Amino acid sequence: MNTAVAEGPATPAEGNYLTNGYSLWSWLTTTDHKRIAILYGLTITVFFFMGGAAATLMRIELISPTPLIMSAETYNKLFTAHGVIMVWFFLIPSIPATLGNFLLPMMVGAKDVALPRVNLLSWYVFVLGGCFVVATLIAGGIDTGWTLYTPYSTRFSHTTVVCGVAGVFVTGFSSIMTGLNFIVTVHRLRAPGLTWFRLPLFVWAIYATSIILVLATPVLAMTLVLLAMQRVFGIGIFDATLGGDPLLFQHMFWFYSHPAVYIMVLPAMGVASEVITCFARKPVFGYRTMAYAIAAIAAFGFMVWGHHMFVAGQSLYASLVFSFLSYVVAIPSAIKVFNWTATLYKGSITFEAPMLYALGFVGLFLVGGLTGLYLASLGMDADLSRTYFVVAHFHYIMVGGSVMAYFAGIHFWWPKITGRLYSEAWARLAAIVIFVGFNLTFFPQFILGIDGMPRRYFEYAPHFQFLNILSSAGASILAAGYVLPFVYLTWSALHGAAAADNPWGAKGLEWQTRSPPPVENFDAPPRIPVRPYDYDPEAAERERR
Amino acid sequence: MSAGAEAMRRGASANDSDSEVGLWLFLASEVMFFGLLFYGYAITRITHPLAFAEASAHTDVLLGTINCVLIFTSSLTVALAARCLRTGARRASLRLLAATWTLGFLFLAVKCYEYDVDVANHLVPWGRFAFHGGLAAGERMFFFMYFVMTGAHAVHLIVGLGILAAMVVGVARGRYTEHNSEAVELAALYWALVDTVWIFLYPVLYLVHRP
Repeated sequence: MNTAVAEGPATPAEGNYLTNGYSLWSWLTTTDHKRIAILYGLTITVFFFMGGAAATLMRIELISPTPLIMSAETYNKLFTAHGVIMVWFFLIPSIPATLGNFLLPMMVGAKDVALPRVNLLSWYVFVLGGCFVVATLIAGGIDTGWTLYTPYSTRFSHTTVVCGVAGVFVTGFSSIMTGLNFIVTVHRLRAPGLTWFRLPLFVWAIYATSIILVLATPVLAMTLVLLAMQRVFGIGIFDATLGGDPLLFQHMFWFYSHPAVYIMVLPAMGVASEVITCFARKPVFGYRTMAYAIAAIAAFGFMVWGHHMFVAGQSLYASLVFSFLSYVVAIPSAIKVFNWTATLYKGSITFEAPMLYALGFVGLFLVGGLTGLYLASLGMDADLSRTYFVVAHFHYIMVGGSVMAYFAGIHFWWPKITGRLYSEAWARLAAIVIFVGFNLTFFPQFILGIDGMPRRYFEYAPHFQFLNILSSAGASILAAGYVLPFVYLTWSALHGAAAADNPWGAKGLEWQTRSPPPVENFDAPPRIPVRPYDYDPEAAERERR
Repeated sequence: MSAGAEAMRRGASANDSDSEVGLWLFLASEVMFFGLLFYGYAITRITHPLAFAEASAHTDVLLGTINCVLIFTSSLTVALAARCLRTGARRASLRLLAATWTLGFLFLAVKCYEYDVDVANHLVPWGRFAFHGGLAAGERMFFFMYFVMTGAHAVHLIVGLGILAAMVVGVARGRYTEHNSEAVELAALYWALVDTVWIFLYPVLYLVHRP
C-alpha cells in the first residue's frame, strides 16, 4: 500500500500544514495526521459541550430534593447522555486522537502515522458513530445509564437503545483503527537512533493505550451486538428467563470498560510527564520505572474488571481476587505520582498555565486514586458502591485527571499546533477557576456518598440538600472555567501573537521543528537526544537570576 | 528527517510491512471479537450442558463438514496464490485466487442452504421453536449462539469475498505483480482468519456429543 505520499506539491520553506490548502475539501480529504488531529479536536469539543450541557441540567435539577425543572425520565436520559457522550465521544478520543495524533509521529521523528488513510477513515467512522448518538438524542435519548445493564436495557427500557448502542459500536472501530495505527507507527517509524528508552513517556503512554484500544474495544463491540440482538429478538444469553445470565453482560461490559478507564487516564499520565519535567527544568525522575509503570498499568488493567461487580452477586472468591488485583494496580499508579513529585524536587519550577493544569492533575488524580482503594476493598465497597462516593471517585479520575491533563496538553502544545500564543493570564485564571470549581463540585459528593446518598437518583432526602447546593454551585464555576479556554483559545487561534518554535525551551523532538510544523513535520532531520528530558535545573536557575 | 528514516518512510517494502503489521494487529482485535463469542458460548454451555449436546445433534453435520472441506481447501489455494504471485507465476496466481473465491462462494451457498433447512426445521430460536421439552431453554440458547456465531463468521466471509474479488481484478489487470504482491498476501492473511474461525466453530457447534 502506498501510503507515504504527502499531499500537494513540495512545500515552500515558509509554508506549513495549515497553509497547505484552505478549502473545506482540503481538510475533509486530508491524510495529514496534524489536520486529522484538528478535525478530531473540533469534533470532540462539540461533544464535550453537549455532555457538559447534560451535566449542567442535572446539577440544576439536584439543587432541590424535589422535582425542579424536569421529570424523572428526563433525568435518567440526561445522565445516560452525559455518560455515553463523555466516555465514548470525548474522553476516549480526547488525548489519543487529538494530541496523540498530532504529536506521536513528530515525537518519533516521522512524517506521518504509518497508515494515514486509515487515520482519516477513523475520523469518518467516529463522526458516523456520533451521528447515531445525535439521532438517539433527537429521538428522545435513552434511559439505561451508560453501562446499559441487562435486563433493563434489553427488556424494560422503552427508549431507542439499539440506535444508541449502534453509535457506540460504530465508534469502537474508530478506536481500533487509531490504536492500530499508533502501534504500527511506534514500531516502524521511529527515527534511527530513537530507541525505546529514548522515547518520551507520552509515546509510551499512547502506545500502551493503543494496545488496550485494539484488544478491549472488539470485546465491547461484540457484547453490544449480543445486547442488541437480545433486545430485537427477545432472546439471548443475558436472558435470565431462559437460563441466561444478566451478570454475564456485566462481565463482558466491564472487561472493556475497566481497561477503558486506563484508555482515558494513561494518556493523561503521559501529558503530565511531559509538562512537569519541562516546567521543573529537570529530567523525569525514574524514567524507566515510569515506562514500566505504564506497561504494568495497562497489563493489570485487564484483570480488575470484576471490582465493578462486588455487590452484583459475583462469587466471593472471584471478588477476593479482583479486590487484590485492584490494589496491585495502585502500585504502578503510586510509582507515577511519587516520580512526578520527585521530578519537582530541586527543580527550577515555573507556574505557566500548562504546569498549573498538570499539578492540578497530579493532586486530583491522587485523591481519585486513593478513594479508589476504598472501593477496591470488599467491605467498604458493599456500603459505598451504590452511593455518590463512586460518582466523586470516578470524576476525580476522569475530570480531575484526564480532562485536567487534556487541558494541560492543549495549552502546552498550543503554540506548536497553532503557531500562536494564548493569553497566559487568562489561561492561569482558567486553570485556577477549573480547579476550584471542580473540587467544589465533587468533594461534597464524597461526603454525600459516605452519608449514604444513592447515586443516579432524581430526588433525595432533604438533609442532603446543603451539600448538593454546594456541588451545583461548584458546577456553575466549573462550567465558567470550561467556557474561558474555549473563548481565549479561539481568540488566540484567530488573533494571537506568533509563537516561537520552542517557547517553553522544551526538549522533545516536536519542539525542534517550526511552529506550526511544515507538512512533513521536519525541514531538517531532528537531532535525537542521547537521553530524553535532558533538562538542567541549575542552569535554568542561573539563567532566571 | 535523516536519510535512514527517509528511506524507511519512502521505501515501498517498508511501507508494505507497515500494512502487514497493521493487519496482524487487526487480526488480534478480531480474535478478541470472536473470543467474546466463544466465551459467551462456553459460559452458556456450562450452564446447559445437556441441552447443548441435544441441540447440537440437530445441526446438519454433513453440510458443516462439506463446508470444512470447502474452506480448508480455499485456505490452501489462497496461500498458493500469494506464493505464486510472489514468484512471478501470475497466471497460476489468478487461477488460484479465482478458485479461492469460488470455494468461498460455495461455502456461503451451502451455509445459506443450511440456514434455509434450519428455518424449515424451526430451529430459529426467536421463531416458532422446534423444541418444547425440559431442555428447551438451553436449546434456544444453543441456537441463538449458533446463528450469532455463524452469522458473524459469514459477515467476515462476505467481506473476504469482496477483497478476493478485488484481488482477482487487480492481478488480471496487472496491478498486482511479483513486484507488488503485498495486497494479495494481506488478503490471504485475512482469509486465514476466516478459515481459522471456522476451525473452531465447527467442533463447538456441530460435534458436541455426537457419537
